[in-house]
Amino acid sequence: MSDNEFYNLRVNGMSHQVQDSWVGESLLYVLRERLGLPGTKGACEQGECGSCTVLLNGNAVCSCLVMAATAVDAEIVTVEGLTTGNELTDVQQSFVDQGAVQCGFCTPGLIVAVHHLLDHNPQPTEFEIKEAISGNICRCTGYGRIFAAVEETIKIRNGAK
Amino acid sequence: MSTTVTARNRDVLGNSALRPDGAGKVSGSFEFTSDMHADNMLWGATLRSPHPYARIVSIDTSAALALAGVSCVITSQDVPGKPTYGLISSDQPVFASDFVRYVGEPVAAVAADHPETCRRALALIQIEYEVLTPLTDPEDAISGKFSPIHPDGNIIRHQRIIRGDQSATGPIVVEGLYEIGMQDQAFLGLEAALAIPDSDGAGVHLHVATQWLHEDLSQISACLALPANRVRLTLGGVGGAFGAREDISLQVHCCLLALKANRPIKMQYSREESFFGHVHRHPAKIFMRHHADASGKIVKIDARFVFDGGAYTSTSPAVLINGITHTQGPYKCDNATVDGFAIRTNNPPCGAMRGFGVVQACFAHESQMDKIAQAAGISPIEVRLINAMATGDPLITGQTMESVAPVARCITDTANIPLPEPLPEIVNELALPGGSGLTAERSNIVRGIGWGVSMKNLMYSEGFDDFATARCTIRDGKVFLKFATSEVGQGFVTLAPQIARSVLGLDDVEIEPIDTQVGSAGSTSASRQTWMSGGAVDGACRLVREQMFKHVGSMHNIDPLRLVISDTDIVDQIGTFRISVQDAIEGFSCSETFEHHHRKTEELDENGQGNCHTAFAFVAHRAVVDVDPELGLVKVVQIATAQDVGRVLNPLSAIGQLEGGIAQGLGLAVMEEIVMKDGKVKNPSFTDYLLPTALDAPNVVAVMIEEYEPQAPLGAKGIGEPPCISVTPAIVAAIRDAIGKDLLRIPVRPQDICL
Amino acid sequence: MPMIIATSVESAVSALRDHPDARIIQGGTDLMVEINFNHVKPSTMISIRDIESLKKITQPSNGIIRIGSGVPYSQLEQEPILSVVPALAQASRTVGSPQIRAAGTLGGNLGTCSPAGDTLPVMFALDATVHLQSPSDAREVAIHDFMVGVKKNIRRHDEIITAVDFPIVRGWQGYSKVGVRNAMVISVASACLVADHNEGIVRLALGSVGPTIIRCREAESWLHSVTSLQQGEKISSDIAKEFGHRAAKESSPIDDHRSTAEYRRHAISVLASRLLTKAYS
Repeated sequence: MSDNEFYNLRVNGMSHQVQDSWVGESLLYVLRERLGLPGTKGACEQGECGSCTVLLNGNAVCSCLVMAATAVDAEIVTVEGLTTGNELTDVQQSFVDQGAVQCGFCTPGLIVAVHHLLDHNPQPTEFEIKEAISGNICRCTGYGRIFAAVEETIKIRNGAK
Repeated sequence: MSTTVTARNRDVLGNSALRPDGAGKVSGSFEFTSDMHADNMLWGATLRSPHPYARIVSIDTSAALALAGVSCVITSQDVPGKPTYGLISSDQPVFASDFVRYVGEPVAAVAADHPETCRRALALIQIEYEVLTPLTDPEDAISGKFSPIHPDGNIIRHQRIIRGDQSATGPIVVEGLYEIGMQDQAFLGLEAALAIPDSDGAGVHLHVATQWLHEDLSQISACLALPANRVRLTLGGVGGAFGAREDISLQVHCCLLALKANRPIKMQYSREESFFGHVHRHPAKIFMRHHADASGKIVKIDARFVFDGGAYTSTSPAVLINGITHTQGPYKCDNATVDGFAIRTNNPPCGAMRGFGVVQACFAHESQMDKIAQAAGISPIEVRLINAMATGDPLITGQTMESVAPVARCITDTANIPLPEPLPEIVNELALPGGSGLTAERSNIVRGIGWGVSMKNLMYSEGFDDFATARCTIRDGKVFLKFATSEVGQGFVTLAPQIARSVLGLDDVEIEPIDTQVGSAGSTSASRQTWMSGGAVDGACRLVREQMFKHVGSMHNIDPLRLVISDTDIVDQIGTFRISVQDAIEGFSCSETFEHHHRKTEELDENGQGNCHTAFAFVAHRAVVDVDPELGLVKVVQIATAQDVGRVLNPLSAIGQLEGGIAQGLGLAVMEEIVMKDGKVKNPSFTDYLLPTALDAPNVVAVMIEEYEPQAPLGAKGIGEPPCISVTPAIVAAIRDAIGKDLLRIPVRPQDICL
Repeated sequence: MPMIIATSVESAVSALRDHPDARIIQGGTDLMVEINFNHVKPSTMISIRDIESLKKITQPSNGIIRIGSGVPYSQLEQEPILSVVPALAQASRTVGSPQIRAAGTLGGNLGTCSPAGDTLPVMFALDATVHLQSPSDAREVAIHDFMVGVKKNIRRHDEIITAVDFPIVRGWQGYSKVGVRNAMVISVASACLVADHNEGIVRLALGSVGPTIIRCREAESWLHSVTSLQQGEKISSDIAKEFGHRAAKESSPIDDHRSTAEYRRHAISVLASRLLTKAYS
């Protein structure tokens, strides 16, 4: 499928060369299948589930709807790039502690979306939280534990604990 | 908006132990099946029928084979063993050879170097079809006016229940014809598998996301014509299941491609393909007529169920039995006339989904209970309380309710949960039906309250020898647990170590790979794994504990029968001896395997009489909804629930099951439906098959009713299915309450409310 | 090289001219769905994501706000659009999910030109003007002439949509959209109403109820004939209802898997009536 020679993507602070790719490949596919970063999940291929959420130049977007070859020069952060080493972020830890994870397939996308929310709006209201993650479908939890995890993170950040 | 759970002690039974796979899942390092890779791997893809019913005239794969990058193309002629598979009846072809019977039926598969090469190769396979008129209305099959679309005929199963006085009636007679749409399980982690051929080409190792490894194994090995020991299955990371992974989907195809190409094959469905690649919840039409006395007590129920099973059998016979045997719901009833059909049509095959036939029955019986209440002039709560079943009551199958049956308590505990505050005069637009669509003002909204109560059988029924196996090993001062129990997200990997810690007093517990190198655990379905695999783990740990006590007893010259576990110590109940388990097992090793079987059940006779079920669980739901009656839009505000759980083994896991099930029941109530037209699925995507979002999730207030179930090995009932069953009729009842109009069909669509 | 990353409008349109098979990609939220679902096999792609001039919001004259085609919905939801063209902000907030709104753009909504495109009724109700640029010339086209059918517009192959001019109206404007869930939903029916207090007129445009966005000219002029439409005018519930009925009559919806024609027509009458009431309350 060598329609293209190569291009570079900057992911989690590192430059990666993408070779022999087909022009229609999504960023999701390239991350997972070519760059060895399978933490980002795909579940709908049309931006309706949010499992593939990554940060593209600081914006939370669905990587299934980003044509990978258009993302050259962009700063891409995936779930793997939120942490260094084995430490979990506060959002990740709250998700574990509050039972926000069941099958876990939607989780990486939610983790990225929640980080993005709290980075831009550290004290969101209930509806701001719900609207911010309304693009992340979770089929297991019914969202209750996810709300608890977000609230817990905010509480910890506020030092109220 | 939610309850925060804090502070835990030892992760034993009763505490909120955290998921051992949690860190991996939040950091993206947990390996789902779709994340797997193998050296030299190729991709596999499936060609599917575009027609609901057609005769295959010819198949030409030559152009696809000639495409650069394509390794092989397989059709029905490449299936070396049994040409069909199926959970109950082996009536579904691995690949269609003569007829295709539903849109999406597999006809061929390819292996190639890139998913895009696969897509292009599929487009090059030439199939000539003679298109036939599809059978899409089950009534056409029942009336016999449609000739058989399958050698096994168009009636998958017919069963009656005849109980008591057939002419009994009362002053109150209410009836309705209820319709339930086709729901999709819509797990997030799409079907995926990686098949790796053995080096000698005479065996295969399949990594797969499934609900029941051993059942897959027996179906796959039969189709591959390989002895069972040359097919090994390992559970890949599973992204949810909800019933959709009980049937074979890509398993056989993936293994066949791997053996033919002699290279590892990865297959992964797209979301669109997933809608065609797995079975759905049965759409159903249910007629019910309840006869009651003037006080509202049920005298007799007449019912007729028609489940549309789609093209192949899957679990339709069992779904039918579940449906009709739950006609009465959690209420006393001495007289019944029930007729039930599971029908073969050219619609998509239907099978298991959380609730398994009871969801459909419950929508009908709960709608009926409200009609009785209205006729008797009593409240929805009263009608349910005066009819509430109790332990010892006979069911319409003649079986005696032997489970703990706190039906009345479910209802009263739910009723005691405070109602939500009224909608304030000044309200965030996102709190209103229609949300950011800004369709409504506060003044357009009407609130309604509705009730649903349900009974759900646990485990397998009708004489099936249902068992689960587990092995417990103590080695190097540590506990190892081995089982084939599918972890699909429900949390058995959290629970199993909790059991071991409680029984053995050791905290360091490791779960060995989940695969077919140990006996079957049965399926992760029917709310059965806590009871069944939990019972097996408990049994295996107890056997190991017995050996451990013998070892300690002989070392310290104490009768092992005097020893007990106290927290993390072994203690002499009579004397003063005490030693920590960790110290006691130094140099000790032991391994025990245990099979847990539940009590025997029976098949139903021709009148639907027999002890067909194992045990039951109960739950009540009260829904509060805000409705925009003019536009027909709904926002579910609060779900209050009290669920009969036996015993809470992990509060955090339990609330997760309740909230998750409620969201799925909400989906069926107001938005989720696979829309069919002439045998074709009109909405196979997440753009058009709508799932509840964070803004659709209601506030859930839950009470767990802990009445220890003596039949259950851990005292705990299955809790997975009940949450999604009666919440649906509760929401519909709340909408009816708000608008004052009967609603006979789910999901309730805007036009059903306002037109 | 099948992927051309354009960094200026000029380079984008000359690439289009040189590649008759080329397709433009901006946010990708529509086109990538087509590719992922195997409906489109792209050959040459021209990415205009990196053209900075398309991301500007300017005010070329007093009564006009010009929004670059590359401005994402997430920006349109906020100030200054929220104050200046509130209906556009409201419509933008209903597009897909936050992730979609961060990537999808105004130009993309126009390029796809779906009758369910959320910002399009706003353009129709405000009589917006679309700016197109080709290698040889630039042209301005009224939105009413731009969209000609279901996913059909008059953009020529060698043109790109550069910006949209929205008149700044003194008065009230609002967008309403019916979907079956409370977030992330494609519209079953939508409506944008603009009450222009300067001119004393009301304009109404409907989405998802016809092959193009529908301007309810007859309902508008009927309303004009029965009321003065001055600021502070009280609209009776009878007039609001009748306005709704007339708007519904101008719609031409179909039955599909998302809804029925009958419901859509009914929804339009409710939305139009409620919007009008809100405009003068």
